[in-house]
Parts: sequence; C-alpha cells; structure tokens
Amino acid sequence: MDTNVFDMGDIDVAWCPGCGDYGILNVLKKVLAELDIAPEKLVMVSGIGQAAKIPHYLRTNFFNGLHGRALPPATAIKAANPSMTVIAESGDGDMYGEGGNHFIHTIRRNPGITNIVHNNMVYGLTKGQASPTSPLGFKTPVQVAGVMLEPFNPLAVAIALDAGFVARAFIGDAEKTKEILKKAITHKGYALVDIFQPCVTFNKINTWQWFKEHTYYLEDSYNPLDRSAAFKRALETDKLPLGIFYINPNKSAFEDNVGIYQQDNRPLFEREPDLNRLRMLIGKFRAAG
Amino acid sequence: MAKGKSVGADGVSIVLCGQAGMGIQTVEGILTGMLKLAGYNVFATKEYMSRVRGGNNSTEIRVSSRPVSAYVDRIDILVPLNKGAISHLRDRISADTVVIGEAELLGDEVSGAKFKFVETPFTKIANDLGNKIYSNVVATGTLAGLLGMKLDDICEYVKRSFSTKAADVVSNNVKAAQAGFRLAENVAVRAGIKINMSPDAGVKDQIIPSGGDSIGLGAMAGGCNFVASYPMTPSTSVLSFMAKHGRDSGIIVEQAEDEIAAINMAIGAWYSGARAMVTTSGGGFALMVEGVSLAGMLESPIVIHLGQRPAPATGLPTRTEQADIELALYAGHGEFPRIIFTPGTLEQAFYLTACAFNLADKFQMPVFILSDQYLVDSYYNTAAFDVSKVKVEKYVVKTAAGYKRYEMTPTGISPRGIPGFGDGLVCVDSDEHDAEGHITEDLGLRTRMVDKRLRKLESAKAEIVEPQLYPNCKYKNLVVCWGSTYPVVKEAIELLGKSDTSLLHYSQIYPLHPQTADYLSKAKRVVIVEGNATAQFAKLIKLHAGFDIKDRILKYSGLQFSVEEVTVALKKILK
Repeated sequence: MDTNVFDMGDIDVAWCPGCGDYGILNVLKKVLAELDIAPEKLVMVSGIGQAAKIPHYLRTNFFNGLHGRALPPATAIKAANPSMTVIAESGDGDMYGEGGNHFIHTIRRNPGITNIVHNNMVYGLTKGQASPTSPLGFKTPVQVAGVMLEPFNPLAVAIALDAGFVARAFIGDAEKTKEILKKAITHKGYALVDIFQPCVTFNKINTWQWFKEHTYYLEDSYNPLDRSAAFKRALETDKLPLGIFYINPNKSAFEDNVGIYQQDNRPLFEREPDLNRLRMLIGKFRAAG
Repeated sequence: MAKGKSVGADGVSIVLCGQAGMGIQTVEGILTGMLKLAGYNVFATKEYMSRVRGGNNSTEIRVSSRPVSAYVDRIDILVPLNKGAISHLRDRISADTVVIGEAELLGDEVSGAKFKFVETPFTKIANDLGNKIYSNVVATGTLAGLLGMKLDDICEYVKRSFSTKAADVVSNNVKAAQAGFRLAENVAVRAGIKINMSPDAGVKDQIIPSGGDSIGLGAMAGGCNFVASYPMTPSTSVLSFMAKHGRDSGIIVEQAEDEIAAINMAIGAWYSGARAMVTTSGGGFALMVEGVSLAGMLESPIVIHLGQRPAPATGLPTRTEQADIELALYAGHGEFPRIIFTPGTLEQAFYLTACAFNLADKFQMPVFILSDQYLVDSYYNTAAFDVSKVKVEKYVVKTAAGYKRYEMTPTGISPRGIPGFGDGLVCVDSDEHDAEGHITEDLGLRTRMVDKRLRKLESAKAEIVEPQLYPNCKYKNLVVCWGSTYPVVKEAIELLGKSDTSLLHYSQIYPLHPQTADYLSKAKRVVIVEGNATAQFAKLIKLHAGFDIKDRILKYSGLQFSVEEVTVALKKILK
C-alpha cells in the first residue's frame, strides 16, 4: 500500500517547525502502509495536546476525545468491533498525567490496541509547564524552582503491570522506530511504545542532541521475554535504553475475554438482541427474585 | 381462621427488622415468592444502613387482594429479629400493631408496650431442629399461615427455595416452616386478628421484578450490548443484573477503573457501533460530567442510568432522594440538548429504558433514566413486560466515500456512520469541528454548529412522553409529581377520596411536555410533591412553562414518602 493513502493533502498543521511530531507522523504512515492497514480499517484515538492532534493529519477514522481519556474509548472501540486496528496516540501529559489511572488499568485490561506516546518531557499546548516525565530540576513558568516530583517511568510501570509489549523509541532514528511500531501493532493485546520526541520550543534541555547522547539500543542478545531483566533495564537513567524491553506472548486480549466473540465473531453493530432469550428471562420473574 | 378484628382493608403490611446479615432477605424472598405464586398481590421495599453487618435494617412487605405498589408507614404485623428493632421503628408502631417475636431476644423493648405483643418461640423451635439458623424459616411459616396460605403450598415452595442445598437442610427447613405454620392459629387468636384476603388468579402470570431488574430488562429490550460502570449504591443492582445476564445475551459488561473511564468507554462503544449504557449514582455521575459534555460535542448517543441518593458528597449512601434533576439537567459545560426520563413504575422503568436507546441513537444525545434507591430496590407484581411492544430502532448508516459525520441538516441530525461500515471515514472531535469532524476555529461555522446541535432538541420535542393524569381530566386541585413518587401519591389521592383532585405524573421531565401550562392552569390549586428540599421540578416548570407552583410537599430525610404522610399533607393544603 502506498503511504499517500494516508495523506491529508494541503492542510494547516499546528505543530512548530522542527517538532519531533512530524517524524512520528511520517513513520506511522509508512508503518501502516507496509502493514497494509487501510484507512477505513483503522481508528486513531487521541486525547488533548499537541501530539493528540495527530489524527487530524492522517487520513483515517478518528476519535479525538477528552484530555487524558484516549484509552477508555480506544478499549471500547476495539471491543465493539475487534476487526478494526485501533491506535491510541497522545503525549506524555495526556497519557501519563491526566490519564494516569487509565494508563494503569488499560494495561491490566489488555485490549488489543497500540498505545503510542509522544514523550517530549514537557507540556507543549499549554506552553511549557512540566510534564510527568520532566527531569528533576527542570525550570518552567510554573515549576519556577525546578521540578521536584520524581519523573514518571512509564516503562517500569508497564513492565511492573506485566504489559504484553513494552518498547521505547527515539524519532531521531526513523528506521528503528518504524520497526518497533510494526511489531507493536502486530502484537496481540496492549502494546506500549513510548517515543522520545524533542519539543523544539519549550524544552531546551532534552533536545535532539541530548537524546542522541543519552540513548542507546538494547543489544541484540537482549531477551525481551525476561521480565526481571526488562524491569532492570527500564530503571536505567544514565543512558536511556531504546528498543523492545518486554514481550509477554501468553496474554489474551480484553476483547477475547469478554466472552461474546467465541461463538459469533460479528461486531456488535451487526447483531440484534435475542428476543426469545429476553422473553424467557422476563418469564423467570414470575417467581420472586 | 381465628375470630378477631379484621386487619387492613387494603391488605396487610408486614415489616421484618433485624441486623444486616441476620437473614431478613431469606424471609422476605421466600414469603413474597410463595404469596405471589399463590395469587396474592405483593409489594416489598427495604430501608437499610450503609454497613455489611449489624445496624437495623427493615423490609416492608404489603400483601393484598388488590394491586399494591407504594410504601405505607402503617405496620400491621412486625417481626423484630433483634434488640433495637422496635425502637428503630417506634414511630411506625401503633396500638394496632401486632408484634410477633421473642421477649428473651427483644429484652425490655416489649415490656409495658402499647402494641400487641405475641410471644412466639422461633428460636426454640429452630434449636430443637438442630440449628438456630432455621428460626427465619419458622417465622416465614408463621407469617404464611397468618396470611391464610395452605401448608402444602408453603412446604412445596420452601423445598424449591432450598433445592440446591443438602437433603437434610431441605427437610429441616420444611420442618421449620411446618412448625411455624402450626403457631399461626394461636398467634391470630392471641393477637385478636383475622386476615381475609382472596387470591387473584391473574397475579400468578404476572412478574415480580425490582426497579433495578426492570431497568436492566428494559436496557436489554432496547438492544443494549455494552455496559461500562463503576459500582455505586443504588445503581449497582443494574450493573450486576447486566453482568449476570450479559454474557449469554452478547452484552459486554465491564467494571471500569472509575466513572470517567466508564462513560468514555460507553461513548467509544457507541462510536464503534454498540448500544451502550452507564449506570451510576450522584457522586459517580459527577465524575462523568465531562463525558456528558463530550457526548454533546461528538453528538454521540449515550444512555445514563442515574440512581439518586441523598447528597451532597457521599451523603446517605443507602437512602433515597429526588435531588438530582438539576445535576442531570445542567451536567456538562457548554450548551447541548438531552432527554431526561423519570420512571415511576416498574412498567415505565422497563419501557422507558428500552426507548432511551432508540432516542439516544435517533437524536444523537444523552438520554437519562433518573431513578432512585426507592425505585431501584422496590418490587411488586406487574403485568409481564411485552417485548413485542418494544422495537429496537437503529439509525446507523453505511457510509460512502466522502462521508461527512457532521453534515448540516434541517433537523440538526446528521446521518451517523461508524468506522468499518462502508467506504467513508468517521471522524469525531471534542474540539469545535467542521462537517468532516476536523478542528476548526472558523467562528461563523462555530455558531452554525451550536445551532445545529440545539436544533436536535426541537426534533426531540416531537416525541415527549405525555404526563399521566389520574383519575380524571376534570379537577379543581392538581397534584404534580415525577419519578418514583407516582404510586405513593396515587394511593394518597385514592385515600383522600376527593373527587375534585387529580394527579399529574411526569415520567419525562425534560424536554418538558408542551401542554404543562394548560394542565396546570386548569386547576384552582396546584400542589407539587418532590423528594428534595428546593422543589427542583417546580423550578423547572416555572422556567419552561412559566407556571409558579406555590404549594409544595417536600421530603429530604433520606426516606421515601409514605402514603399516609402525603395524604395528611394534602389534606392540610386542600382542606
């Protein structure tokens, strides 16, 4: 499939020139084209923030919902129609801050969705405040004395919750990011890909150069099936590892666990209520409770 | 049966009271079940404390030759199971109340009492059978005997109720019921009462669901196939009902991490082609409010069951109130339309819930089922819900290439496509958007989009449920109520016996029925009955119908109105 099926044509994009979001958008189009996922069979779900605008720049179905709330509708969209590919994509503030509770419980629920998080360690849309992943001491117009909160470690949290697929990428390396995303989308069940993406306007610390100098790829001999090793690597901070940290291939997805697709694989919209069963159920109330 | 004073021309009111966990439900379940099967009309409601063990909880069971569906204060027969039960119900016990119990258990609460106390050795009989746990079934046998049931029917029903238990448990329970039954005649003689009721063959074929069951069944009839919620009394019974019956019926039921997730899931499910509902109560709904606004902007259907309880904040978790009209009416930032149903009977709970799914789908807006603890937890026999009267209407369209989700239309309703059905793309956005669903800051378009969304309310106004007028359309006095108070006020009007007084009950409060002002201005005097402190429905009527209702009967103690108190209050106003 050609990547241009996802092109929106001549549109006004709200991102700053030089923003890492452009790279992610381009890589995502390539991934979808190479995986032959048609725009009609894909739903992009996002929240609010600069990253959350991505569905508007890629021709497909989308649900651009509330701040922090991308994961619950994404879960339901997949559950109501498992034949769709569902990607929930937003920024670090949206997914880890406002949506932190959903992040935790969506991992536990394990729907068959890919969760892409643009991680630039700062708030862009609201103009430069700290995000949950901002480094200690990071000064902003609100955190005037520097960030005092311990940075949120999404990978360690995901591995601790036994997420089925946990990876980190840096958009400075488009090719490797593409390979990671392809594996994430083809993973059955929930997959997290945290993507380092410099904010050229509000984060003067974690720049393109900084990410280049502070990241490295997990070595070829690394075994992503080893959860303890994965957790240990996720805690590294001197240099931040990139790649697929953890895979648990033995988990069944939420939409398979809900128990309604085993006998009948039709999506919910194609179904009618079973009125005879309902009549019988009503009849049971001839006897009290 | 024994000679004595005939009790309760409108049937008998029995109250069981004991600590949580003492087995009141066992007596209640068996007694109501056997009575209903025998053809008696039965109504039951409970009031309980927010605790798992201890405290004082009571259940009222009304048994009658005529249909009964309202709570009364009057207690004809009281079965107290623990010390404290009698003081708990002090205000409802009269000189005519027959208290059946054990002095040893109840202590000084029975000495020198004003009521008629009849010592009945439930515990001793149970202990003789080997376990004091049987005392509840002994009491059941006595009550069934007093009410004139046949011993064979009682034994048969008890056997059935315990059929999943071991053989000796079954036989001991049957023996317990028999022993209890044998006490009945003596109790009647000593209490000096005579109960005369005649079974009605028609009752047997009726059903006896609770309000919560009726809402659940209605949702299923409306084609609900997705429920996401977070447990909160009193709405949890609908969640458990859907969970219990959902899997076999192809319904996804998920307990979300919080109410925010729940409503966002439900909206996502509608977007993906499901028919989804959330069930919650005030505090949980407060968390859903942003989601309601999202539904407004996305023009997403959503069905919200909001079971009211006393608030603010945690309030009285297990009690009842009607104080969330304004919460439901104004929930969500910005301006967008909605529909609010307020069922007053089990029948309305069923049909209106089913209808809610059709209207939500048709008008692409939130539809509320505003119930309360009293409605959800009460049950009585009613005609079996007729599934053929409900039609699942689906409004999803197959999209063509170039499909625009928010196409401008005269009604404001744009054909709603879903992803994966047709060649079009379905794009929805919580930002103000253009016809395709993309973000816009075109302020002219913004104005047109607001108008488009609000136009849908005009369409919805063509399908407002008419308020019910009872008993006739010629009246001098009109009593207005909404939601669960319907059967209570109706019985109060019957008791009042004033031929110039009628009742007007609203099972849809918003949009308000356009003839409201006509109904009200025909009366010389209008009285409103509401379970809140600020007459919220009266305010809504003033705002939308321009009619000021000055006479107000309000209650907000946490308990539902009783037939007697509404009667007394009406007498005072309408003298």
